[in-house]
Amino acid sequence: MDANLNSFVQNFFNSLSLGGLYALIAVGYTMVYGILRLINFAHGDIFMMGTYFAFYAITLFLLPWWLGFLVAICITGLLGYSIEKIAYRPLRNAPRISSLITAIGVSFFLESFAVVVFGGIPKSFNVYPKFFSEMLVMGKIRIPILTFITIIVTAFLFLFLWVLLYKTKTGLAMRAIAVDIPTTSLMGANVNNVISITFIVGSSFAAVAGILWAMKYPQVQPYMGFTPGLKAFIAAVIGGIGSIQGAIVGGFLLGFLEIMIVGFFPGLAGYRDVFAYVTLVIILMFRPTGIFKVYSEQKV
Amino acid sequence: MKKLSFKVNLILTIVFLIGVYFFLANANIFGDYWSRIITLIAIYGIMAISYTLVNGITGIFSLGQAGFIAIGAYTSALLTLSIQQKEMSFFIQPLIWPLNSIQIGFFPATIIGGLVAAFFAFLIGYPSLRLTGDYFAIATLAFAEIIRILIQNSYGLTNGTLGLKGISSYTTVWWAWGWLLVTVIVIGSLKFSSYGRALRAISEDPVAAKVMGIDVFRHQMMAFVISGFFAGVSGSLYAHWITTLDPRPASLGVMLTFYVLIMIVIGGLGSISGAIIGAIFFAFVSQWLRMFESNVNFFGFTIPGVPGMSMLMLSAIFILVMIFWRRGVMGKSELSWQSMYNFFKKRVGDENG
Repeated sequence: MDANLNSFVQNFFNSLSLGGLYALIAVGYTMVYGILRLINFAHGDIFMMGTYFAFYAITLFLLPWWLGFLVAICITGLLGYSIEKIAYRPLRNAPRISSLITAIGVSFFLESFAVVVFGGIPKSFNVYPKFFSEMLVMGKIRIPILTFITIIVTAFLFLFLWVLLYKTKTGLAMRAIAVDIPTTSLMGANVNNVISITFIVGSSFAAVAGILWAMKYPQVQPYMGFTPGLKAFIAAVIGGIGSIQGAIVGGFLLGFLEIMIVGFFPGLAGYRDVFAYVTLVIILMFRPTGIFKVYSEQKV
Repeated sequence: MKKLSFKVNLILTIVFLIGVYFFLANANIFGDYWSRIITLIAIYGIMAISYTLVNGITGIFSLGQAGFIAIGAYTSALLTLSIQQKEMSFFIQPLIWPLNSIQIGFFPATIIGGLVAAFFAFLIGYPSLRLTGDYFAIATLAFAEIIRILIQNSYGLTNGTLGLKGISSYTTVWWAWGWLLVTVIVIGSLKFSSYGRALRAISEDPVAAKVMGIDVFRHQMMAFVISGFFAGVSGSLYAHWITTLDPRPASLGVMLTFYVLIMIVIGGLGSISGAIIGAIFFAFVSQWLRMFESNVNFFGFTIPGVPGMSMLMLSAIFILVMIFWRRGVMGKSELSWQSMYNFFKKRVGDENG
């Protein structure tokens, strides 16, 4: 019983950190979807690019680790901004499915760009200070310090997001655009700028998640963004895509589901990813709007 | 001149293609390499046509095509592999009972592969088709990934991550182009039948189509299942062309769906001849771009090859097509002898007067 409790506590902290990472990525999906009704397929690959930027900032440009991470986060934000400007803006008034197809194209472009420029062979991401991976021992429970750092960083970023959305004018404009773009622009908000800011914030969050992810599973490779990206998208759908609270709740739910099922039924470890997909299908069948019902319209 | 019907167009095309084939075969242009490429074009063509039936003609955006291709490929390969080969390959866990003691011919195996894929299309379509737009896309993508992960983990059925080896290379130019012809006939007659008009109505506006009395769900399901069948057939042909199968994402996963998506977007979403044009384009361009991946000797300078270059350029072309030329080569229309005749007549007429 005691061993069970210990493994439960360990799994609990693991789920909290994994769920936080999913939530950080999911926020990027849900913000873009809420405004443009676009599934930004490339979001998982922006996450991947963020880790590569951090890796090269530290190994190639020899920056100290904290500055390297900061630079990488900024560059990734810039990348998100340019992707929106180059690939999505020309298609904003096209049928929605066209922008989805373009997003898929951007996703594969980034992946093959990483293969060409950074190389297809996985690289070991050992650029962070060593004490991150040390264990915090409390009796029989051993938890890496990194897990706590992940939880704290995630909490801090969500606080930042809350302030941005509910205490600033930009946040007000974001929430207004999610409801109705033309009216908001008539009210004097610069829609293009607000959409750019959305992409920058979403991409920087993805970069933070990517760096934390790469420290947790210390490896970077060009296809590392696909599965976490898809799962974070699922988290956003579980919570109700378009809703930021929903994305956060969905991310944690998915993290708990995955870790707990594998923790208690280790035989199912090979099917770990299937749980997320099956959850998605079940949610879409029975409550397609997710836990937090989101405003949607269908014009006939 | 009376408008030529679909059948007349088809017969003219077949006669034309046979003529071209005999001309090229006599001129001895077909090396081993080229006949492999020409076979691949037909396989890609079947994949693209089956995909455009769902994504273009019916107008529901699926991302699960690779799942059906994989099911067709694995089913038929497990049926045609010799019993000794199966015993050799499955060394982690032996193959389950009925499959380990049978071996059947290529043609029935392909049909069964198609039918199994169609059955899965029905199973997947039943829940997914209740969704619309991008939700449907994501649900089908999730199902395709579930199929791939199941293939990767069921060692007793598919040999898991080890994959299948030593599949006989039955797929010849004739098999591939024969199946392409069947695909064009079936999906072409479907497109120009009353069902096809209903599908077009659904793709324009599902709600309006429903109001006009079209059973949207049944029509979409029919298109999805037929598409699944031909995807399975193309998978079987592909398996017996490439002779090894493995369940990595890059070979039978989302990457393959993306390749087929490139073909149908370049050819024009919803056009059968466009899908074939896209397949030809993709087969040639991906072969041609491969030269950037090996060292090139350019006037005495050696330019080092970069792996992954072909994929990078293809996705760049894809994005540019989406931004600047969204209707693709054919749009939704079809290439026909009539339209070519009209096109040249107009050109000649312009020059003369």
